Amino acid sequence: MTTRSTILDELQAVAAEQQKTLKPLRDDLPLMESGLDSLCFAILVARLEDTLGVDPFASVSGAKFPTTVGELVAFYQAAADKAAA
Amino acid sequence: MTLADLIARSGAGERGLESRAHRLAFADFARFSALGADLGALAGRSVILHVRDMALAAAALIDLDGLASRIVLCPPGWGPEPLAQAAERAEADAIVHDRLVPPLQLPVAVQAALPMRTRPAVKPAAQATEWVLPTSGTSGPPKLVVHTLETLAGALTDAPPQQWATFYDIRRYGGLQIFLRALSGSGSLRVSGGDESVEAFLARAGEAGVTHMSGTPSHWRKALMSGEAHRLSPDYVRLSGEIADDAILEALREQYLNARIEHAYASTEAGVAFTVGDGRAGFPADWIDRPGPVALRVVDETLQIRSARRALRFLGGDAPALADAEGFVDTGDMVELRGDRYVFVGRRGGIINVGGAKVHPEEVEAVLNAHPAVRASRVFARKNPITGAIVVADVVLLPSAAQVGLEREILEACRGRLPAHMAPTRLRFVPELPMTDGGKLARHG
Repeated sequence: MTTRSTILDELQAVAAEQQKTLKPLRDDLPLMESGLDSLCFAILVARLEDTLGVDPFASVSGAKFPTTVGELVAFYQAAADKAAA
Repeated sequence: MTLADLIARSGAGERGLESRAHRLAFADFARFSALGADLGALAGRSVILHVRDMALAAAALIDLDGLASRIVLCPPGWGPEPLAQAAERAEADAIVHDRLVPPLQLPVAVQAALPMRTRPAVKPAAQATEWVLPTSGTSGPPKLVVHTLETLAGALTDAPPQQWATFYDIRRYGGLQIFLRALSGSGSLRVSGGDESVEAFLARAGEAGVTHMSGTPSHWRKALMSGEAHRLSPDYVRLSGEIADDAILEALREQYLNARIEHAYASTEAGVAFTVGDGRAGFPADWIDRPGPVALRVVDETLQIRSARRALRFLGGDAPALADAEGFVDTGDMVELRGDRYVFVGRRGGIINVGGAKVHPEEVEAVLNAHPAVRASRVFARKNPITGAIVVADVVLLPSAAQVGLEREILEACRGRLPAHMAPTRLRFVPELPMTDGGKLARHG
């Protein structure tokens, strides 16, 4: 599993559990318009911490918070790379 | 009134108290003492009581009540630091202990031991002995709550022969209530403690023909999980100290078909407020503001209680007031009106904040525990960078439960019954849940 596919799978799973209608997950889709609320994102971040072993939101310093799906993937990718290095 | 008077009132007879290691006959206290020849040295003293065995503690309590000015009932697990803090606040000038060397240096130290030795003649105290019960706060040093035997025994009524047993330590308020019931009644008391397993205690209580048994819902869940609950055939099952939810009441009803099952509400500060015998969680809403010896009211969704069973005060110069100007104790236990019933939803201090929305762990636990595969659960906060916290839970499954796909199924069931922010987001299946020395679910650590 790539980081990207893990994130996209979890996004779909959380949306289904929380009975939210998810917009098609294109890279330029703004997270705030994705159909998920902040509880969904909270759950997503916790799940990703368990599966990927990183929580870039908790350790962010000066970095820009992601605003789109593409940025979210890159955000985790960077954290995963850093953790592996 | 003293403990000795309580025993005498219904006759010592063949009655007694039994731990795994010792048996005390109430009749022996007229001539013998666990404190031996040194008993007189404790007259009028403020005494730290720190012994391990519960039968030994019981013997020392019977010896000291009516003799000492004050008894501080210290949990067996306390080390030198909490003992020293309590001694300072209680202005203690004596210690009763069970070690070769006293764990604390005070002007008088007396070693308690069983079997009992000849009781010397002693001069009774001029005033009723103060009983000091530490309450375990969630943070900071324990508060020292002052009672007398009169406030502690306020809820006792005359009862037919009862053979009691309790999972509680008799030094805790809940256990002390059972100790006093046993002393003033016409039966005996079996206590556990030390490293005796739940299984062994249930077997011992069953063999002794125990008819009345008390403990916290956590104690009872553990008993039901032990596979040895059938050793007991009680007439009466009592739960107190924690919220009794419908799931545990139902499970006990199924296990003990012939028993009357009651849950009691009490706190060390407010005393025994009421018992509920209709088998349902919570209590009838019309008990609020009802005239009677115990007054209940709900302020800011929190239960407040006024009664003559209330403790007198907290010890210590900077201690807060125990009751308000009208005599009500704020219990910190939050209730919610559901139909004709008030149900307990949790502790005011235990609320989890999920993105500004409040979650009572106990309320989520009640939903988890209602799942047919779940025996017990502990809900807690997981830190989260988006909402501050999210809800997660440790779950103990029934032995028959198949784990495959179960996390998903239980989480789904919770989402069906709870608002989204309250539903657990992840479960961890564990073999057992941590318990405090007081027999309650350990919520921290």
